[in-house]
Amino acid sequence: MNKIWIIIKREYLTRVRKKSFIIITLLLPLMFVAMMLIPVFVMMGGDDEKVAVVDESKIFEGKLADDGGVHYKFIDARIDTLKNTYQQLGYTGVLHIPAMDINRPPSVIYYSKGQMNVMLKTNMERRLESVLEDKRMELAGIDKAKLEGIRADVDIMNLTGKEEKKGSAGLAYGIGYGAAFLVYIILLIFGTTVMRGVMEEKMNRVAEVMVSTVKPFQLMMGKIVGIAGVGLTQFLIWLVLIIGLYSLMGLFLSPETMNAAAGNGMAGGQNEAAMKAMQQVTFVVESANWPLIIASFLFYFLGGYLFYAALFAAVGSLVNEDPNDAQSLTFPITLPVIISIFIMFAAVRNPNGQLAVWGSIIPFSSPVVMMARIPYGVPGTVPYWQLALSVICLIAGFIGTTWVAAKIYRTGILLYGKKVTMKEVVKWLGRKN
Amino acid sequence: MNVLELQHLKKHYATHKAVDDISFSIPKGSIFGLLGPNGAGKTTLLRMITGIFYPDAGNIIFDGRAFDPQNDVQYIGYMPEERGLYKKMRVGEQALYLAQLKGLSRKDAEEKIDYWFNKFEISSWAGKKVEELSKGMQQKVQFISTVMHHPKLLILDEPFSGLDPINSQLIQNEIFDMARNGTTIIFSTHRMEQVEEICDHIVLVNKGRKVLDGPVKQIKQDFKQHLFYISLEQQPNPAQMATHHFTIIQQHEKAYTVKLNEYSQTNDILRHFIHHDIQVNAFREILPTIHEVFITQVAQAAV
Repeated sequence: MNKIWIIIKREYLTRVRKKSFIIITLLLPLMFVAMMLIPVFVMMGGDDEKVAVVDESKIFEGKLADDGGVHYKFIDARIDTLKNTYQQLGYTGVLHIPAMDINRPPSVIYYSKGQMNVMLKTNMERRLESVLEDKRMELAGIDKAKLEGIRADVDIMNLTGKEEKKGSAGLAYGIGYGAAFLVYIILLIFGTTVMRGVMEEKMNRVAEVMVSTVKPFQLMMGKIVGIAGVGLTQFLIWLVLIIGLYSLMGLFLSPETMNAAAGNGMAGGQNEAAMKAMQQVTFVVESANWPLIIASFLFYFLGGYLFYAALFAAVGSLVNEDPNDAQSLTFPITLPVIISIFIMFAAVRNPNGQLAVWGSIIPFSSPVVMMARIPYGVPGTVPYWQLALSVICLIAGFIGTTWVAAKIYRTGILLYGKKVTMKEVVKWLGRKN
Repeated sequence: MNVLELQHLKKHYATHKAVDDISFSIPKGSIFGLLGPNGAGKTTLLRMITGIFYPDAGNIIFDGRAFDPQNDVQYIGYMPEERGLYKKMRVGEQALYLAQLKGLSRKDAEEKIDYWFNKFEISSWAGKKVEELSKGMQQKVQFISTVMHHPKLLILDEPFSGLDPINSQLIQNEIFDMARNGTTIIFSTHRMEQVEEICDHIVLVNKGRKVLDGPVKQIKQDFKQHLFYISLEQQPNPAQMATHHFTIIQQHEKAYTVKLNEYSQTNDILRHFIHHDIQVNAFREILPTIHEVFITQVAQAAV
């Protein structure tokens, strides 16, 4: 026990102290926050735009309100002269609306020094369209207020279970998808880390020195547990950093920007809709069963990791000098992981389908698939018996894979210069000690 | 007293018998040579003694009791032929890690590291990564981490391969020192000249079986060919060499290698030359080298 602890400590510390670990751990949350903020800053994009409008149609006069940092100024001047002088007058550009037949609008031209940005383009187009539509309605004799009254707005509220809790399919989809994907990535990244660690020991020939001191099982488990610790540390730091940075952002940025950041790109004109969506998201986020989701995430992350890490360790012990061996040998292990991500795509859309149910019970795919189903609700979507069966299968599964892996590992790690066939490996399993 | 006794050890692999009924014992404080050609089963034997493999049959008695790999490995130091250290780890940390795994407390381990690093004059390397060290340096670190916990039984598999003469001598002196202080040393090799220089007992294995074992001096006696070297003052004429006491094996410049015939005595050779009044300048028995014993024994087995 003491020895395995020393091994865990080494595996953990050598990885955590690496420069690459520190850089990735600190950089990723910054990138995450930057990804949310950059669109906001792009949207707020620098100075206000002052647009001179030459309206020869006389339809728009006074109807283009300033908004989102765009100021419209109607100027009664000839476009030929203005398009040469607008810069001296302090305008960003000139919008030229020629005289038009209201049912067949001609092309509107915007003169500017550089390329106009997308935000400005959409802003101006939306304004012009809305004025034209109003005008056409007026000509067609349609009462605008009446039309607004006719417009239907249906929002289906979902009440789940006996307590009729408010749920949200969209949110469940989002969380399920995100959590399952995270588990998938963890399995592959940390699984291969374990494999590379074992390969390193074998190729450096340090394995024989080690197994003359500790049992191969201790060496293997020490590595697996140590690397699990690295993973947990990294996620903990990420969680703290992301929450920390997010709240820091709140101190420095206005609430609107925060909302925009959360909604990622809802423009000014839709503020009302955005606010409504925000409220709904906040409500829904609060409605999710977070303790259950986090607890099951931890369980399936650890269980899935233990299940696959042992197999990756076994594969690492079989690799000889040729790193190409690793690729062909890992294939039987990565295949079920990849298949489970495809089952997950189906499960997140239809969490009660046969594929989803069985995929979330069989331990080869359950860490990924079950994480996609759980946000839909326990016991509503995932009955207790399924959850219990899945948990038991995964625990039995990783005990099983660890047992198998230990047998392969013990022989493989001391085997040099010989390519191992699957048949031989299967034989090792039947061997005692 | 014997530190280690192997009784009828057997280890079979799927295709062949790696160790087939081998028994021998190793007296305490001896330097014991384990010899054999490649593939003889030396490594398998050593792996059973170090607890890496379990024998299929037979017993290992360590220090008077049945060998218990779990607890006894901390009294054993093993330097395998395939050496290795963690390349990215610092030398000092690496030594500390291996010492702690051998059951030393952190404090004890640090003291030992200080002692050995000073002795081998590599203290300034403690902060370097293993991959920055030369091969010889790595060997020294490897040796230190093998002996740091003061094992009762030290197993060295080809310890001098890759070492320059100075470092070889350094390690060799260390081996003698430790043997004098009561450490038993198993020394596995196929470099025979080192065996004669270092070992006092040997066992020779071939194809998984023990061919012979015993003290080096005894083995040389057992396999002697009754050869003598005799150096003379002047070249005798052929008639003067005719005798039923010995046969000429080889003629040198004013000297002969002769083989004593059956029923004759050593002194018969001397008497022969004295009788012919030929001055004898040197006379000595030629004992077989371990190398020769090894070659003949292995060649015999191959027939």
